[in-house]
Amino acid sequence: MSFVDTVRHRYQTDLEGIKAAGLFKGERYIHSPQSSEIEVEFPVGSAVRKCINVCANNYLGLSSHPEVVAAAHAGLDTRGYGMSSVRFICGTQDIHRELENRLTAFLGTEDTLLFPSCMDANAGFFEACLNEQDVMIADRLVHASIVDGMRLCKAMQDTYKHSDMGHLEEKLQEHQDKRSRMVITDGVFSMDGDTARMADIVALAEKYNAMVFLDDSHATGFMGKTGRGTHEHCGVFGKIDVITTTLGKALGGASGGCVSGRRELVELCRQRARPYLFSNAVAPVIVAGALKVMDLIGASTDRRDKLEWNARYWRGLLKEAGLDLKEGDTPIVPVMLYDAKLSQDFARDLFDEGVYAVGFFFPVVPKGQARIRTQLSAAHEKHHLDAAAEAFKKVGKKHGILGLGRKELMARAVA
Amino acid sequence: MDEITKVVRDYIVREYLEEDDERTITDTTPLISGGIVDSFSMVSLLRFIEKKYSIDIPDQCATPEAFDTVERIVELVRRFQKAEVTKS
Repeated sequence: MSFVDTVRHRYQTDLEGIKAAGLFKGERYIHSPQSSEIEVEFPVGSAVRKCINVCANNYLGLSSHPEVVAAAHAGLDTRGYGMSSVRFICGTQDIHRELENRLTAFLGTEDTLLFPSCMDANAGFFEACLNEQDVMIADRLVHASIVDGMRLCKAMQDTYKHSDMGHLEEKLQEHQDKRSRMVITDGVFSMDGDTARMADIVALAEKYNAMVFLDDSHATGFMGKTGRGTHEHCGVFGKIDVITTTLGKALGGASGGCVSGRRELVELCRQRARPYLFSNAVAPVIVAGALKVMDLIGASTDRRDKLEWNARYWRGLLKEAGLDLKEGDTPIVPVMLYDAKLSQDFARDLFDEGVYAVGFFFPVVPKGQARIRTQLSAAHEKHHLDAAAEAFKKVGKKHGILGLGRKELMARAVA
Repeated sequence: MDEITKVVRDYIVREYLEEDDERTITDTTPLISGGIVDSFSMVSLLRFIEKKYSIDIPDQCATPEAFDTVERIVELVRRFQKAEVTKS
């Protein structure tokens, strides 16, 4: 046995250090399906209580939709529970290919390949498609899974200041000696809730002969008039070389992700991407549920329209209450607190007022940038938002932060 | 201020600070541990000094600790400049 007392003690010391720094994350146990209202046990061992959830990626309210659940049940009956295989051996069913084709049409690309998650899609794509002759130029706030995927790839790495098109242009000029250039960005940035300048990025990519990679996990299903994503929202639908996105947020919230784009790049992933080659196929039950989600969002834009209204209304309520918000036009609305301990205390107090939200602090966000990241859902009704905003106002008053701007809040922050 | 220090500091300000950022970068301002440069975007700083000073810094020396202040980066440049001279 190698986990001797000295080793155990070393890890215990590491964990105590995280707690002492105020950076320890605990879990809360939810005793109900995911929805705008959920039943939560917090702290562990307490009585379960109902609260309004303002921190799920359940943007379209489809995570527990009865038709999605019914379709998943039907999928279990007709296609079984698990594939017990990676895709290329005996893990591909007809419904996997059907879902890939549906996503291709929805996203406006040439082909799509499912992965166990978008984390896996991002981990596998770069290494499969680029090498030391190429360069990857990423926005500095791309998702952690993209950073991890880039690190696995032998292509040169570079970054540009967040959404700074002048800086991106400098980088594209600098790297004209490389075989290929790939500009990499999130569509909607997950921690700040702002939107990438996709029209400018595509224009620069065309000018400097670069490919464009877009992780649209926080946009697929609701950004753009018909919910196809940031590229539709920005008027560049059909012009993105690679889109990765998830089935684990707006598109049902279970799991699964994909690479979608130029057919040769997708085929290279099918041939070489390690998560595709070495990880289990997406379970049939999830594929069946996702196919129903595609039916629902294809039939009507009601849900994304309601989400848009909810986000605008919520932002207005919080601004009126005097909270410091990150600007944006998405259903991600960060309430800035800057101090890690404050964000945890604030979340705890919100829970006492019947609102479920979680403090975000280092390493999830940079040090000194702690926040409560609120997220809207089409499942929220106006009365949910009114009640939740009242709770934020009450807790904000308790902590003396209402009406304070960024500089004043940062001056109070200790971490 | 010597030339290398000025070049390194000017690059850091240009490459990593936003226009409205009021922070001052001194010789000892913590860059990586202070959150000004993250380990992901550090690669462009490494590439800049290698190209500018025609040196090759091995991966094991290009650590976040070695890049944490302007002072340490300048030390690294001088160390590998000497190594290049010795080689030739």
